[in-house]
Amino acid sequence: MTTQGLLYIALLFALVLGAAFPLGRYIAAIFEGRVTWLRPVERGFYRLAGVDEARSMQWQGYAIALLLLSVIHFGLLYAMLRLQYYLPWNPLHIAGMSPRLAFNTAASFATNTNWQAYVPEGQISNGAQVFGLVVHMFISAAAGIAAAAAVMRAFTAGSLKTIGNFYVDLTRVTLYLLLPVSLVAATLLVIAGVPQTFAQAVDVHTLNAGAQTLAIGPAALQEAIKELGTNGGGFFNANSGHPFENPNAWTNLFETWLLLVIGFALPITFGHMVKDKAQGRALMAAMAIILALGCVGSYAAEAAGNPQHIAAGITANGNWEGKEMRFGIPASTTFNVAATGTSTGAVDSFTDSYTPLGGAIPMFLMQLGEVTPGGVGSGFYTIIVFALLAVFVAGLMVGRTPEYLGKKVQAKEIKLAMLGVLILTLFILSGSAFSLVTASGVSSLENAGPHGLSEMLYAWSSATENNGSAFAGLTADTPLLDYGLGAAMLFGRFAFMIPILAIAGSLAAKPKLPASAGTFPTTGPLFIFLLIGVIIILGGLQFMPADTLGPIAEHFLLYTGKTF
Amino acid sequence: MILRELRPALSLVILFSLFLGFLLPEAFTGAMQLTLPWQANGSLITSNGQVIGSRLIGQNFTSAKYFEPRPSALSPNPYTENTSGASNLAPTSAALLTTVQGRIAAYTKAFGPGPVPADAATASGSGLDPDISLDNALRQAPAVAAARHLPEASVTAVVDQLAQHAFLGIIGTDRVNVLQLNLALDQLPAQ
Repeated sequence: MTTQGLLYIALLFALVLGAAFPLGRYIAAIFEGRVTWLRPVERGFYRLAGVDEARSMQWQGYAIALLLLSVIHFGLLYAMLRLQYYLPWNPLHIAGMSPRLAFNTAASFATNTNWQAYVPEGQISNGAQVFGLVVHMFISAAAGIAAAAAVMRAFTAGSLKTIGNFYVDLTRVTLYLLLPVSLVAATLLVIAGVPQTFAQAVDVHTLNAGAQTLAIGPAALQEAIKELGTNGGGFFNANSGHPFENPNAWTNLFETWLLLVIGFALPITFGHMVKDKAQGRALMAAMAIILALGCVGSYAAEAAGNPQHIAAGITANGNWEGKEMRFGIPASTTFNVAATGTSTGAVDSFTDSYTPLGGAIPMFLMQLGEVTPGGVGSGFYTIIVFALLAVFVAGLMVGRTPEYLGKKVQAKEIKLAMLGVLILTLFILSGSAFSLVTASGVSSLENAGPHGLSEMLYAWSSATENNGSAFAGLTADTPLLDYGLGAAMLFGRFAFMIPILAIAGSLAAKPKLPASAGTFPTTGPLFIFLLIGVIIILGGLQFMPADTLGPIAEHFLLYTGKTF
Repeated sequence: MILRELRPALSLVILFSLFLGFLLPEAFTGAMQLTLPWQANGSLITSNGQVIGSRLIGQNFTSAKYFEPRPSALSPNPYTENTSGASNLAPTSAALLTTVQGRIAAYTKAFGPGPVPADAATASGSGLDPDISLDNALRQAPAVAAARHLPEASVTAVVDQLAQHAFLGIIGTDRVNVLQLNLALDQLPAQ
């Protein structure tokens, strides 16, 4: 570990948190309908779609609209992937996907997960990438942010019957936030060397008298929304490790910034919406502290290198297996930690080959429930669940009815919050356990020993938490994992989001009580550390036994010289 | 209730698909092809009218006259097919340890005894890594110079000239692009 490496992490945090404040204020203006510079386009969408923008929805209506749109969009993508052979813009004549792979991929992109059981260069046409995947990258991100807007509104005033209009939130977030930022980001990426062309391959006669085929395509636009919308689905198999997705250390820093910035801006947005900015800053601080610890931890582990390889005779300057020369160790680990602390799941280096502890941190950040800062929108509403649990725990200690921002938190909300948390845990642990006792699951593993357990546990954590990154040695295109992980992604997204919208509806209807001397303050360091404690204990502790058998066991075996 | 939502939900899916999936990529790709054609088409390097590679993508060099790139996990033909990817072997993998030991043996045989730069014995993430570390390049330079019957100093001068350094020691690494380096060597006047 070097000072320069730590400075890199500090620089990234300064750039992200610095931008999160103005961006958070801008997003609040979008949610409140004060941003209008594309008003004619926005109004055109409403008119053509028959959206009554004055109609505000109850939580049930909001949830139904969101689910229905997601189901329709899922169906469209499934059909497109099955039929891509017959559809336009398929210069390499790539065949349609099998039913199970199309189901897995459609579930993956409809839920903002972007788990990739397919190989992009060989199993999907440029047309399906652009017309299918990229549109989902925008819409699933916008849907998550819309749900966050609905949850925020529940705290803005007392006795609210409705929490906003889903279609209006979706349209505004897409037009005023995701679209312009993606366009600027994509242009910068092209300047740096990310391709944007309709060709799908280039033939090269190499210097050493050989041939080379370069996969190419409209990668820049996908790369921009892939990071900004915490999607993570790479245009190429090597994801952001591919030089065409991530040409140099500057683009690597920029992409890391892009995937973090909305996640950290949303708590600031919340502060503006509830007219109490300190509330937003407290949530942001809890997110940032956990993520910063993760960044430093993973960097330290990778910088220490692989003791077995060092003993074999390589220089001791870090674990370079699966990492790209142009980024270096700290920028590689920070990218992967940021992409798992958000639900992006993009990688610029391959976590399967990380040292055991270096790879355990990304896995643990996913298991915490994706709140550091989590997926766009989903990270925000998940940390609200933890904030409610934190005030509940504090209320139990002092024997008062807990309240958050003047809203009484009662049995109904806590039951729904715990339901959400337990659904995720159930899927991750039982899914991994079931897979590892079936012959099919075991034959999917690339690596043996405790690392094999880590591979499967990582896959179920990633799918259920809608992250999408992988210990990529795992063979994921099998009936068990295509259907199992596909179901985990759908449940992890919607079976979690709906209880939260229900909580929002329930809290919205309650009166907003003025703070009294007995109110537990939810802004200072005491609350921030209580919140961090609740996230780690409630979100993380249940995974400790499994994680001990995987990465932690592997760590000690690595240092005793054991191989598998 | 569901029927009432059907029209807006379905219409927005169609509208956004057309807008974000067709209009936007068409317009953006067109604009990039017009304004930044070299980058938008893969940063290709041509020589005598033939495309000989991309500035961003590594190539395989097996001749002793050339600097060799990082090992690639892509098989059977590294750096040639239109695929990308890593070995994904675990830190405790016996197969990985054997492979690394084999690479160390081959490297010290070709370039002399001594510690082997970590990037020369490990596979990259993409399998297409265009760069090697500066240490790795300088370690290879004497053998490349010998194969080309050039003084070592003129080869290391090319390495130094093309070397890229970490910005303020923070962003990036000290490295050199192998294709650029080998191309520059081919253009050196013969001695």
